[in-house]
Amino acid sequence: MSENILDSKVPEGSIADKWENHKFSMNLVNPNNKRKFEIIVVGTGLAGASAAASLGELGYRVKAFTFHDTPRRAHSIAAQGGINGAKNYTNDGDSVHRLFYDTVKGGDFRSREANVHRLAEVSTNIIDQATAQGVPFARDYGGLLDNRSFGGAQVSRTFYARGQTGQQLLIGAYSALMRQVSAGSVELHTRSELLDVVTKDGEACGIVVRDLLSGEVTPHSAHAVVLATGGYGNVYFLSTNAMMCNVTAAWRAHRKGAFFANPCYTQIHPTCIPASDDFQSKLTLMSESLRNDGRIWVPNIEGESRRAADIPESERDYYLERKYPAFGNLVPRDVASRNAKTVVDEGRGVGPLTNGVYLDFSAAIERDGLDTISAKYGNLFDMYQRITGENPYQAPMRIYPAIHYTMGGLWVDYHLMTTVPGLYSIGEANFSDHGANRLGASALMQGLADGYFVLPYTIGDGLAGRLGEPAVPTSDPVFTQAVASVEADTQRWLSTNGTKSVDHYHRELGRIVWDNIGMERNKEGLEQALSDIPSLREEFLKNVRVPGSADTLNQSLEKAGRVDDFFELAELMARDALTRDESCGGHFREEYQTPEGEAQRDDENFAHVAAWEWNGAGNTQTRHREELTFENVALSQRSYK
Amino acid sequence: MSTGSAEIINVTIKVWRQNGPSDDGHFETYDQAITTDASFLEMLDLLNDSLNEQGSEPIAFESDCREGICGTCGVMINGRAHGPQKATATCQLHMREFKDGDEIVVEPFRAAGFPVIRDLAVDRSPLDRIIEAGGYISVNTGAASDANLTPVPKDAADQAFDAAACIGCGACVAACPNSAAQLFTSAKIGHLALLPQGQAERWSRTEEMVEVMEEFFGSCTNHGECHEACPKEISLDFIAFMNRDYVKAKIKNRALSGQN
Repeated sequence: MSENILDSKVPEGSIADKWENHKFSMNLVNPNNKRKFEIIVVGTGLAGASAAASLGELGYRVKAFTFHDTPRRAHSIAAQGGINGAKNYTNDGDSVHRLFYDTVKGGDFRSREANVHRLAEVSTNIIDQATAQGVPFARDYGGLLDNRSFGGAQVSRTFYARGQTGQQLLIGAYSALMRQVSAGSVELHTRSELLDVVTKDGEACGIVVRDLLSGEVTPHSAHAVVLATGGYGNVYFLSTNAMMCNVTAAWRAHRKGAFFANPCYTQIHPTCIPASDDFQSKLTLMSESLRNDGRIWVPNIEGESRRAADIPESERDYYLERKYPAFGNLVPRDVASRNAKTVVDEGRGVGPLTNGVYLDFSAAIERDGLDTISAKYGNLFDMYQRITGENPYQAPMRIYPAIHYTMGGLWVDYHLMTTVPGLYSIGEANFSDHGANRLGASALMQGLADGYFVLPYTIGDGLAGRLGEPAVPTSDPVFTQAVASVEADTQRWLSTNGTKSVDHYHRELGRIVWDNIGMERNKEGLEQALSDIPSLREEFLKNVRVPGSADTLNQSLEKAGRVDDFFELAELMARDALTRDESCGGHFREEYQTPEGEAQRDDENFAHVAAWEWNGAGNTQTRHREELTFENVALSQRSYK
Repeated sequence: MSTGSAEIINVTIKVWRQNGPSDDGHFETYDQAITTDASFLEMLDLLNDSLNEQGSEPIAFESDCREGICGTCGVMINGRAHGPQKATATCQLHMREFKDGDEIVVEPFRAAGFPVIRDLAVDRSPLDRIIEAGGYISVNTGAASDANLTPVPKDAADQAFDAAACIGCGACVAACPNSAAQLFTSAKIGHLALLPQGQAERWSRTEEMVEVMEEFFGSCTNHGECHEACPKEISLDFIAFMNRDYVKAKIKNRALSGQN
């Protein structure tokens, strides 16, 4: 391959010393000089809120932007299960090295070792920080923090707050942010959506945002810009992401020169509530902690019409326990998801649309009692009942996989800086730590690690040499041109005046992406997607109808730009998946599987990150590589038998 | 087990339309057929799709996670904040709660503290002003000691969680005849005041948050409508707890407040 090789700037030294040594070797900004630097943080989920708060505490002048009405709405809030921390409070053999090892292996050897080790190192600080903020983690009767095993981990390292861990951690980060807003170190802009990243001489110098209530488009300048804008799962239309989650900030950065890495790495979560009709707006995730006590099964035969309770044990197929006796129902997410697809495709699916598998708690209720199960999962059971009208204490839940998380994202180096100098990306928006598959309870960890404990150090190193340099003024032509271009886009949407809604095209795009770049991919389907996506987009641009005006709250207008970016992203996902002639983690190519049907990696040719460079609208992106070396975790075939 | 019970019903939606904050606003009536498995907001999505195709502007309403946790959604449905189902945010309400032929009146949250932005969307930013006034524990990143250094009695941790479950949707304010925000504020205060970590700033926090609350919202006269509407069933006990702490904070000799 003739691709360029990217430099990740991973420091020298042994894996356990890299971060510690690097912290010492990085340049510092004197406390009195920090106020001379302005930093823009876009997004106020776990990563963005923790970064903005921490940078404000350090003394930088921070501007935080969110398109929500308040920072506390970000989708981090919906994470249920928990957050990993290598505290080893349970004395069951956990360590920083084990969390590092599990994460590299779980990511199917497609992540950067040095980043993952740093993540494991700071994981313990996150638990301390969140606890000090008042995050009400679960405690035992002695008043100490409780842990559980989660998502296939063989140690109990997951801290949790009932089924609302993301909510509680976000409230913690949000409260830290609001403290800085009150102190005047962070200027908070709500209902402000990023519509362009502005660069001058190749370096990031600011952003352009649209006020979602007044429609006013304004430029904002800074010495550094941080994107903490989440993942792109909504490209599938149906996903467990919140309705407003989108790729726009990351994508507009991509169009300004930031490489986009591994877009084909998307994660399917195995325990979601199956769709019930054609116009369903989103899918709801049930925490996979349910797999600790629930048993997954389908009937032995196709077209089974009896109720679950009437199917005798001998006619049930507990397929995960049968195929993976060591891990059983706790196999990693990708393995659990693909197996569910297999049995449903065989015609053994359950429910009115035969599009699910059973997750059965009757054995656990019999063993532990109703009260114990209710104490552990009560809120999840209630949610299930509200959505489906069925009582999971009496009949098994029905579940099916859905898109949940995207491991791909903006390429960043060890400093979390993109290929555009001065532009950083943290949290789910970057690609860095999870490789081809993210482990359960690691998303919250990564968002907070980046925001509290990594970016505040690395951004200083980048700023230290720029003392005395003013930020580019917003009167500079680079800003006025960017504002004009955003305003022209807005007018173009409003004047298209076609016949179909934005949602219509989003749903159609989602079907193409799910069918061809979903749980399983093959060459033929990916080539089909590469032809279907541009032709649908052409129709979208000609025939979409965006009613209303630009100077008021206009939700159709907001969505039009986001869906347009999804079209371009979807095409890149297909190209990335087609180029990666192997299976790994969430990227499963049917052509590349072991005789047992597991993902077959090709380490010789694909132990690298694919990072794509924008070449202008209508041109194919250029593929670059970052070579991945595994010096501390031996490359091996994952086995959960 | 199949639900087997889903059916198509026809409902009449009488919905508040208002072009902007200064517009007078009025009700419009629409008919919609919908399966009972659909959520209430999916019913509005469908209605919006057909409005769009007829060349009309869709109804503006807010929602995001649609899992009842982000607190973005919230409208008055037949006069009740978040509608008829107990402990349920608007996005988790499903059409099986309604019957064929029902008329459903949909309005924005009505409160002086929550001005209407457009149609069903309102401005709830005063809730953030209350948090800014002290809804946090002052601990800079990096300043925390080991998380297990301070045991927290399980009961206290559980009660703090019960308060912290608040999703900040503002239904309590909308349901209150006085548009008071006591349930929201007391949940935030109670969450932190019940934990050892929250003690250092307990009295100043309570005083400052309550006083900012009173700048934006009405007074509490113990109707309890807030609790009835709350999707997280936050207890009225937290209001009593907050009131007690507020009085204590006021009568303390603040110069000696380390010595309570």
